[in-house]
Amino acid sequence: MRVFRHFVSGVVATALLLPVALSAQELRVGLALEPTSIDPHYHNLTPNNALAREIFDRLVMPDENQQLKPGLAVSWRPVKKTIWEFKLRKGVKFHDGTPFTADDVVFTFERAPNVAQSPSSFGTYLKGKKIEKVDDYTVRIITEKPYPLMPNDMSTFSIISKKHGQGATTADYNSGKAAIGTGAYKFVEWVPGDRLILERNDNYWGKKPQWSKVVIKPIKSGPARVAALLAGDVEFIDNVPTTDITQLEMNPKLNLSQGVSNRVIYLHMDQFRDDSPYVKAKDGGPVKNALKDVRVRRAISKAINREAIVERVMEGVAIPAGQLLPAGFFGVSANLKPEKHDPQSAKQLLADAGLPNGFQLTIHGPNDRYINDAKIAEAIAQMLTRIGIKTAVETMPKSVYFKRASRGGPNKSPEFSFILVGWGAGSGEASSPLKSLLHTYDKSRGFGASNRGRYSNPEVDQLVEQALATVDDTKRQKLLAKATEVAVNDLGIIPLHYQVNTWASRKGLKYLARTDEQTLYTGIVSE
Amino acid sequence: MSVFIIRRLLQSIVVVAVMSLLVFFAVNVVGDPVDMLINPEADQAEIEKTMRAFGLDRPVHEQYWFFLSNAVKGDLGKSFIFGEPALKLIVERMPATLELAFAALFLAVVIALPLGIYAGLKPDSKFSKTIMAGSILGFSLPTFWVGLMMIMVFAVMLGWLPSTGRGETTSLLGIQVSFLTWDGLRHLVLPALNLSLFKMSLTIRLARAGTREVVHLDYIKFARAKGLSSRRVILVHLLKNIMIPVVTVLGLELGGLIAFSVVTETVFAWPGMGKLVIEAIQNLDRPIIVAYLMITVLMFVTINLLVDVLYSVLDPRVRLQDVKA
Repeated sequence: MRVFRHFVSGVVATALLLPVALSAQELRVGLALEPTSIDPHYHNLTPNNALAREIFDRLVMPDENQQLKPGLAVSWRPVKKTIWEFKLRKGVKFHDGTPFTADDVVFTFERAPNVAQSPSSFGTYLKGKKIEKVDDYTVRIITEKPYPLMPNDMSTFSIISKKHGQGATTADYNSGKAAIGTGAYKFVEWVPGDRLILERNDNYWGKKPQWSKVVIKPIKSGPARVAALLAGDVEFIDNVPTTDITQLEMNPKLNLSQGVSNRVIYLHMDQFRDDSPYVKAKDGGPVKNALKDVRVRRAISKAINREAIVERVMEGVAIPAGQLLPAGFFGVSANLKPEKHDPQSAKQLLADAGLPNGFQLTIHGPNDRYINDAKIAEAIAQMLTRIGIKTAVETMPKSVYFKRASRGGPNKSPEFSFILVGWGAGSGEASSPLKSLLHTYDKSRGFGASNRGRYSNPEVDQLVEQALATVDDTKRQKLLAKATEVAVNDLGIIPLHYQVNTWASRKGLKYLARTDEQTLYTGIVSE
Repeated sequence: MSVFIIRRLLQSIVVVAVMSLLVFFAVNVVGDPVDMLINPEADQAEIEKTMRAFGLDRPVHEQYWFFLSNAVKGDLGKSFIFGEPALKLIVERMPATLELAFAALFLAVVIALPLGIYAGLKPDSKFSKTIMAGSILGFSLPTFWVGLMMIMVFAVMLGWLPSTGRGETTSLLGIQVSFLTWDGLRHLVLPALNLSLFKMSLTIRLARAGTREVVHLDYIKFARAKGLSSRRVILVHLLKNIMIPVVTVLGLELGGLIAFSVVTETVFAWPGMGKLVIEAIQNLDRPIIVAYLMITVLMFVTINLLVDVLYSVLDPRVRLQDVKA
């Protein structure tokens, strides 16, 4: 009897001591950035797109390296120069059981660019394209000129249900009423700022999702997010602050997953004004804009020790950059390497350009947009000062910075002379940065929208425009690589490094790191 | 008294209107929301289309007029980021912030008042000296740091309490509250403590000063001489008389608690108004900033009015009257 009593009390004690165990396959995630809406077409923003990806599917799905894979479309090809044909997947059902057909795709095309009050519309990817239904599982998309990036554009937006999307507003999606998709997870509940709950779609056409329920808690503060993981309140977090990485690596109960991103951090230089506001002579007086001389730009690039920035400022969590995208992306040149750190040669180049004593410069940058952005600006200022370019640093919150950098000068021209900024290639290939950062600023044709240095090189322009009209993948890849080489060798921008993103999870889980920086719950898998 | 109250209410409408003018023009000077919202891959035509859709290409006074004409209908504008009415977003999150603020106030009164009175009655004891030293730490240490330390100690190292977020909520009179569930209380403890630290220090010092002042006065001696129990002397006669400064400060601070619980809400990921507004400021979501500040002003004015009315209840010598302008 005594043995029995001891046994029972032992069992009871163990049961009481065990922490409340989750029912198997429930996942709690701490996210840095909460989606602003469940409506997949409301705002073209990374957290919104990542969430939409789980609830809704796309015609073409980029994998972890932004390589295009079949999604709701199983195959695609250009049938004529200006017509692409997409064959759709059969047997797919929405979360409520209705079958997916071409009608839903046509409806999506009409709805996505026309969401009321959209702060960043998907019209960017859909304008100029007309869609035609051929049959229930085939659609054709027609453009005026040949459009090689059609599959890339089709990988950016979610397909919604015609039945539930008809007449639905953004508020209907936020409440869940219209949030019916074909994706791996179903929407359950959203209390903004508090929690977002998803549950598994057991009838998913793709790989069966691992988690029966996902509870997402937004935790904006970096230290608080890490603490939540350490305390066991969540099993997975994203955006691990670089300062915590070393400590978390040493923790045996945690796993870190890292991946390079499509984001390059670079410097843009004023190349259109002879009298640049933040370029002064060594003694403070006016001087002709030194940044217009390619030798000066090369001197600046050589003066920067990229390895030191990666190692010290970024704490090893970055990769030195020699061009616009890391190796493995479409349009990357095999001939470009990161500029070697060579201060002697840099000083010589300055002397050749007629500035043996250097000059004065101010570097401008944000302080809350990119990983360690203010610290990078400070490091660069120090490195330049060492070769004689006395550099002052001015950083500001992104809410103030971007407006001034793009339009803060007279006549809505860029205000600054030398800026630190980043670019993430959403389409996963080199035409994105080339078109927006390096092509001559041309408002009517939509080129150079973020070309804040107003760099202008007709050879680059011609190569980029040709590439954008070349449907053949191999030819386009060569053209983009060549355009990148010309622009980078002419130092249209100075690339610094590619960001590396870090996710952390409890032991036993890992994340299939993505170059597009998205956090997908289908990417959180057991080791 | 009713004339007093009516006059006050009219004045507050004027204050709110002036506030809206100031805030609206102030946020329009800083930065450009479109840069914060739009995907950089959009071209120039898209950017201009978005600016027009939000009315940001109009001159400032036109935008303000548009805002004002909607405001009198109760529509304070739609958030740029969420696309939903700004007022709705703020009101949705208000119960969470109010819950946190009142919990902090409750802790401050229940813990700090007795401690302060004790320190006043027995100023030379070791315990009193510890209390006073503690109160200095309470208002010197930054809330952000204290919050993170509490998370480290209680959640990560000891594992007693959850580190983040709000617990389970239940409906009370139509609003969601979390203090009625055990899980909700567990989540409420650390943030409420963190938020109340400053108030507690103030209350301790005020209570102590008030007690030191009152305990020597004649009527206390008389009450003791009459033979009243120590408990009655302290709880009835002493307490009532030190309440005036305490109520004043707590009342003013309550407004601050509600409006500026930003730091605590960010550290503990508490889904309240403070977190909403700091993100709106960082992302230039102007409608939310303006709507929030107007609501805050309204709240401060109301609280001040209540405090004044409470005076006249606590202290019959006070007659409420307006200062003749």
